[in-house]
Amino acid sequence: MALSRTEVESRVASVLEEALGVDADEITPEATLINDLGAESIDFLDISFQLEKAFEDECSPETPFKIEQGELFPENVLNDPELVEDGRLTDNGMALLKEKMPHVDFSDFESDRSVGKIPELFTVKTLVDFCERKLALCAA
Amino acid sequence: MWIDAITDFESGKRLVAVKNVSLSEDHIHDHFPAQGEKSAMPVMPNSLIVEGMAQTAGILVGSVNGFREKVVLAKITRAVIERDVLPGRTIRYDASLERMDSAGAATTGTIEMLDHSTGEATLIGRVELVFSHIDNNMSGMEFPEHNFVFSDNFRTILKSAGLESLCD
Repeated sequence: MALSRTEVESRVASVLEEALGVDADEITPEATLINDLGAESIDFLDISFQLEKAFEDECSPETPFKIEQGELFPENVLNDPELVEDGRLTDNGMALLKEKMPHVDFSDFESDRSVGKIPELFTVKTLVDFCERKLALCAA
Repeated sequence: MWIDAITDFESGKRLVAVKNVSLSEDHIHDHFPAQGEKSAMPVMPNSLIVEGMAQTAGILVGSVNGFREKVVLAKITRAVIERDVLPGRTIRYDASLERMDSAGAATTGTIEMLDHSTGEATLIGRVELVFSHIDNNMSGMEFPEHNFVFSDNFRTILKSAGLESLCD
């Protein structure tokens, strides 16, 4: 049976408590992983591993809950002049992020596109949405 | 090096190493030296015990790809050490590979203290670590081509354990 949204939120919260050493009451849907919860780049690898463990029993070995490198955030975007110009994402950069990150809501970000605001895209809700999408795919 | 020998190895799963703690090691005299009327209290620093686990688990992670990846300790997710280790004891690190992909690996491990006067082994700690394969992770940065992580000392320990073929 598919996990409820509440159960997915609960497991994601447990992972964040463990990986980032934060208290449960700090983990709200709107909290950003980097600015609010203090995540650093290497924490995303730890979080990926722990999410895989938290949800591995929900998927079969044929379609495992596996988070590939760059799946949470595509790599080398910020170093590519075709994707970033003057500190803002180009049309190509924006299109790439939307394609690679269907779990993210870009509606507030799109009008500004500032690279400095990318950390604000990673909220607890984003991560829960990401996990729900992956669970739906592995159950399909 | 903060391990002396590898005693068990299951490829891609588990690696066990030991470290003999000796009063002849310089660092132990500074941890903690005598102060005034307080006599010296030489114990193995916990930070170095964690480093011993990192080396044990790091060899396990590195062995998976024949030590071609530059495996660097990226994060101590959890480290609990509940007892002091005095000179004359042996520390046994038992590291297991939890997860691994192109970006890095996560390991768990237990630490035991062997007391040679009683023959007892006591569980004294647990350590969870995350390692990064730095060539695949540090976007935009370049590192030397040769693998500076697994130096001659690592190879000597592998050779002593009859595991030099892992480096081929």
